[in-house]
Amino acid sequence: MSISVKIPTILRTYTGGTGDVTVSGGTLQDALADLDAQYPGIGARVLDDEGRLRRFVNVYVNDDDVRFLEDLQTPTPDGSSISIIPAVAGG
Amino acid sequence: MTAQLDTPTAPALGSAYALKCRECGATTDLDASYACSECFGPLEVAYSPPTITRADIEAGPLSMWRYEALLPVAPGAGSRPGLQPGLTRLVRADNLAAALGARAVWVKDDSGNPTHSFKDRVVAVALENARRLGYQTIACASTGNLANAVAAAAARAGLDSVVFVPSNLEAGKIVTTAVYGGTLVAIDGHYDDVNRLCSEIASNREWGFVNVNLRPYYAEGSKSVGFEIAEQLGWRLPDAIVSPVASGSLLTKVDKAFREFTQLGLVDDHAYRVYGAQATGCSPVAQAFRAGHDVVRPVKPDTIAKSLAIGNPADGPYALDVVRRTGGAIADVSDDEVVEGIRLLARTEGIFAETAGGVVVATYAKLLREGLIDPDAEVVLLNTGDGLKTLDAVAPTSTPTFTISPSYDEFETHYAGAQA
Repeated sequence: MSISVKIPTILRTYTGGTGDVTVSGGTLQDALADLDAQYPGIGARVLDDEGRLRRFVNVYVNDDDVRFLEDLQTPTPDGSSISIIPAVAGG
Repeated sequence: MTAQLDTPTAPALGSAYALKCRECGATTDLDASYACSECFGPLEVAYSPPTITRADIEAGPLSMWRYEALLPVAPGAGSRPGLQPGLTRLVRADNLAAALGARAVWVKDDSGNPTHSFKDRVVAVALENARRLGYQTIACASTGNLANAVAAAAARAGLDSVVFVPSNLEAGKIVTTAVYGGTLVAIDGHYDDVNRLCSEIASNREWGFVNVNLRPYYAEGSKSVGFEIAEQLGWRLPDAIVSPVASGSLLTKVDKAFREFTQLGLVDDHAYRVYGAQATGCSPVAQAFRAGHDVVRPVKPDTIAKSLAIGNPADGPYALDVVRRTGGAIADVSDDEVVEGIRLLARTEGIFAETAGGVVVATYAKLLREGLIDPDAEVVLLNTGDGLKTLDAVAPTSTPTFTISPSYDEFETHYAGAQA
């Protein structure tokens, strides 16, 4: 299982500066759990205390906003790509 | 990087001293950051309130830079290469008021800016900061008006530009961007797709994206709309404004401008209501308002008002806060109503607005019909762009009254018929 994850600039302190990492997991929730296992602390930056996506973070699986899909239960099959992006841009 | 700046240090950027998270209050340096490293919340410019008088402002340049002390720019912005936008006309719209049964209506006509939309204001502040931070390239994700403004400002400032737009944009907005040179990238997708791509690119390029990594500065430029309204009304606030809502940033910044002028004693304290206007085909903030929600569920846009077609509005929650705090409302109108709004404003006041302006006029009419706005309230309608950019919207209903051969008799016959 190999899923690529794009890391935004403000979270690269957790990944040693790299913007592209690889994780595994069948759903977004599992993939983010693996991300946190590899880079401890990064999960809490993306998820709030109750384990939900933070209000000001957008997460995309294969270029689709997971809020139009199944949120944290969105499937992330082998070869998927995940993008984590600060929400407050544009306009 | 986060610096724990709780007290102002030496002002390096006018009266601005830090970027501060709207959600958790963490502060960071005045660099190219837009999201809080603690919680992803939006960063805003924090200021030490300057001492400024009406006379200081009145003695300033005949552009938005007369308010530079209240913006995140170094003094003298008006003397540096740029488009010098702002100080657009505030038009008393008595004919429109009469047509709608209202008492006092004004139109703040920002189609008079150098590239014919309010976006010249925000780009002007972003450009100042792009130069300060050493960027050679400015970039943006745009629904069209911003594309024009960035490409033109870059040309004037001698910088490179890379502008990203949805490929289904109106032809008028493609031409009026490409003509300024620079790189224009059309994306097969909605604005929200364009915006996501730009956020990814911004993480990997040393570019100043005006509405991504320079967004805290950029957004402050919209305050100048509110400052001008207050000054042009004779240093006072109106009873209400109706603002279009795309990202929601303009609406929140006009409110911020009114509050800053009040806090600085430049206008008397006066209760005002802020109303938001959306097209039904992209109305996530209006839907959240009606449902009583404080979060905004994203939508897939489908409307002729393409400059407002942002399905996932960054400042949606803050626009809701402002509207509810001031006792306003957010409503939405159909595309047919948008076209009628454009035509009504044109016929009554001689102002040709783009679709966003049509949304505002039509929404104001709807708010009046539904009793959500007092017809006796003195209201300022924001027209943010020029109808020449969205000709397609009104082309089917804007045709010659009649077409004839160059014959006097034919003219007399047809003209009499048209008047009957």
